[in-house]
Amino acid sequence: MMTDSSPPPLPPKVRLRAALRNLLFIGLLAGVIGYAISQLWKPETVPSVSIPNDGAEVIARQVDQAIQAEWTKENLSPVGKADELTIMRRLGLALTGSVPSLEEIRQFESQNETERIKWWVARLLDDRRTSAYLAERFARAYVGVENGPFLVFRRHRMVRWLDDQIHSNRSYDKLVREMIAADGIWTTHPGANFITVTIDQNNDKEGPDQVKLASRTARAFLGVRIDCMQCHDDMFGDRWKQKDFHQLAAFFAPAKVGVTGVQDDENNKDLIHKVRYRGDKDESPVSAAVPFRPDLLPKSGQLRDRLAEWTTHPENGAFARASVNRVWAILFNLSMTEVVDDIPLDGPYPAGMEILAEDFTESGYDLQRLIRIIAATEAFQMASESANPETNPVTGRHEETWAAFPLTRLRPEQMAGSVIQAANLAALDADAHIIKRIQRWAETNEFVKRYGDLGENEFGEQPGTIPQRLLMMNGKLVKERTDVNPLMSAATRIATLSRDDSKAVDSAFLTVLSRRPTTKEHDHFVKSLSGKKGDKRSRAMTDLYWALLNSTEFSWNY
Amino acid sequence: MMNLLHDYECGTSDHFSRRTLLKTAGLSSLSWLTPMADVLATNAEKTPDLAKSIIILWLNGGPSQIDTFDPHPGKKIAADSKAIETSKKGVFVNEHLPQTAEMMGDISLVRSVVSREGDHERAIYNIKTGYRPVPGVVHPAIGSIVCHEMPRPNIDIPTHISILPGQFPSRGGFLGAQYDAFKMGDPTQPVPDLKARVGEDRQKARLESLEVVEKRFHRGRSETLAKTRTLHSDMMKQARKMMTSEQLDAFNVNDVPKSEREPFGDTPFGRGCLAAIRLVEAGVRCVEVTLSGWDTHVDNTNLTSERTKILDPAFASLIKSLKDRGLYDNTVVLCGGEFGRTPHLNPADGRDHWPHGFSMAIGGGGIAGGRVIGETDPNGEKKDPAGRINVQDVHATIQYAFGIESDRQIITPAKRPIKLSDGFVIDELL
Repeated sequence: MMTDSSPPPLPPKVRLRAALRNLLFIGLLAGVIGYAISQLWKPETVPSVSIPNDGAEVIARQVDQAIQAEWTKENLSPVGKADELTIMRRLGLALTGSVPSLEEIRQFESQNETERIKWWVARLLDDRRTSAYLAERFARAYVGVENGPFLVFRRHRMVRWLDDQIHSNRSYDKLVREMIAADGIWTTHPGANFITVTIDQNNDKEGPDQVKLASRTARAFLGVRIDCMQCHDDMFGDRWKQKDFHQLAAFFAPAKVGVTGVQDDENNKDLIHKVRYRGDKDESPVSAAVPFRPDLLPKSGQLRDRLAEWTTHPENGAFARASVNRVWAILFNLSMTEVVDDIPLDGPYPAGMEILAEDFTESGYDLQRLIRIIAATEAFQMASESANPETNPVTGRHEETWAAFPLTRLRPEQMAGSVIQAANLAALDADAHIIKRIQRWAETNEFVKRYGDLGENEFGEQPGTIPQRLLMMNGKLVKERTDVNPLMSAATRIATLSRDDSKAVDSAFLTVLSRRPTTKEHDHFVKSLSGKKGDKRSRAMTDLYWALLNSTEFSWNY
Repeated sequence: MMNLLHDYECGTSDHFSRRTLLKTAGLSSLSWLTPMADVLATNAEKTPDLAKSIIILWLNGGPSQIDTFDPHPGKKIAADSKAIETSKKGVFVNEHLPQTAEMMGDISLVRSVVSREGDHERAIYNIKTGYRPVPGVVHPAIGSIVCHEMPRPNIDIPTHISILPGQFPSRGGFLGAQYDAFKMGDPTQPVPDLKARVGEDRQKARLESLEVVEKRFHRGRSETLAKTRTLHSDMMKQARKMMTSEQLDAFNVNDVPKSEREPFGDTPFGRGCLAAIRLVEAGVRCVEVTLSGWDTHVDNTNLTSERTKILDPAFASLIKSLKDRGLYDNTVVLCGGEFGRTPHLNPADGRDHWPHGFSMAIGGGGIAGGRVIGETDPNGEKKDPAGRINVQDVHATIQYAFGIESDRQIITPAKRPIKLSDGFVIDELL
């Protein structure tokens, strides 16, 4: 019989659980405290970035000349250079999907005047936000936005892989070859998702769909839309025949998916592309051939390997032009041609396109260099409004020829990213606290769902909608991120940290609109703050934020 | 390997519907993204029997045709699901649809819808738009097409609404985001984002501040910018008008007498159907009400019966109520999901995806009731049902009910001509 009066020892399982619970609690507590400290105290350091000196400016000047020639021809006068902070905002929106933070603006302004833009581009290209954001833009062209087939397609893996490739500035042609000619499992060879996304698991045909693959390849990598020729010859010209499309599709026909992932079986008679051409009675087998420049196609090797080589061949100008046009579209939110993946194969090409394409090819398909060149062009740094509207008003032609920076509405993810960034004073980059980054991700998704995702055809001008205005006026994100809250709201932090009304208004304008207020705006808002203390002052700042977030200016790229 | 997209051709002479060939003025109309409002406004006055609105009961997940509208009683494929005879002699539906069965004189069943999409996301796109997903273009959903083609009703609230939207609510696609469905939840809850977050005085001050900021942006820019391009203040005005509109009452069923609410069932879906009627009565063009949970890969019979019990009172009361209010003749009602389910049970007593012959119920807006179209194989072996109806044919039929020219081609922003629908009108439904 036991005489010991102390309680019996707990079974090991219970003890373990208790220990784990305590650990979890301590961990959470440490996390919250760490988070709070990170919010209230962040060391001021300007990240050091090296600005490459590789002659990008020289190419930018050549592009300028080509575009200037267009203006001369049309007798157009450019509207003049944009304000530096406006250019900074454009770059933030194009490369990270959000406006710059107040902290970044301060750092920007502390740089040498002649180097500021270059410093900002270099800093953004170094930033994981940029590669992640660009990866998503490119992924939309390669695999669309659908979740795609179950198990055999991992969109997330694909985007992460693109993110890494872009961050390490891998040659763009290698990246594309890795998708077209991908073999293996889609998780370990993420490029293979380009192939597997086309699998339709509930259809009679097993394996990747060569018709979809041909269409994607033509659009995303060559900038030609020959998929309409799937069913008939070109109805708008005689450039393309139905045959052109199906011969391209035939390159992908032997691809199948087995236990080792994507593999080609070129000896399998079932894996030959067959088509009933328009006007024919029966189906006939189609052999692989490229739609132009057959001289560039390697004579031997596996079909997809040959197609990958041909697509990215330095003499295949269509590849470089398609890439240049897409990067231009990412930066301007408008492509050089009317539609990003529709470039006339035999020209004439938009002014400057050939110069950029040739340099892109010569540089070994250096994406970051291409971005630096475009960002340095006169076109990208042009104002969107006219300094002399009486004598030189902005016309549609100005915008079409880049004599004025074209106005476009922010895309949904840019709106969400900008609202969230404007609610913080420091940049939400890789250094930001993990809780903040997770929150940013969740809030962005929720907002974009309500604001309306544009899907894969995301460039160009879109009309605004009533639900969008309702969401900005009355929605949860704007409310939560601007309300009186010392941790989550930059509005409150500005109200409490800036005792001086004038400085507080300046900070709010810089944080939300990336500019300083005009005298009229300044006076109006200083008056709304004056004499207010504590929560009253914070509420006045919330109202200021509301007005800025609901302005036309906030929801447009200009 | 087959070229699977082959029978989906685009914009060629093959696609003329029988109706077009009968028309005297057979000119193919090619036009830009302009609503045909003016033309149709006069048409609508002349022909009062055309549909004016559509309600879509969206059964998300792919409902089993055998356990809903195509039961095959006594056959092996029926498994343990039972059927009842409807008010139309010889027509049977699932035993859990007794009220709907009574309304069969007003509803027709298309039992032979065939598609080529067996993945949820792609199939939903296909059924909602009448087109298969292809890269480079996003087709508009039927509700968006109706809103685009019909004159805009003079109301403060959106004309295209999705109640309890699933993962993929109806979208305007190339017609533009302004044709997307307005999303709302259970109609007993307030519609999201409609209430100003601050009191009237503060709201007024906020709007005044906004005016101050707006001035700066328009400096040095075209005078017509706000009016013709950004439309920012117009959208803002319309949004604010909506926030205070009396028509918002149509969204909320809280004040509807209990006796009127009860027949629809005490479920969000039932309330959604009641709200749909009130919205259509207020002038809304398209309401989509979603009932999810039909993806019954396991325990099909039980799970489906739970769903049909929710669907039945709501669907039947919807038709009844529309008739009572004199709205049914001008309101198309469509009920269905993205595909059907396999005739044979899988080892988990579930049914898997089956796009090779499934059912949709349709009626109202001048579309005939009491008809049954097509017949699936009673043994569940054959994939090609008798009297096969393509998805796009359902779309062409609905557009026909509205007096919309399905053959009209719209030039997408990517400069591609696309027909409103490339299906044929289902003659048996006229």
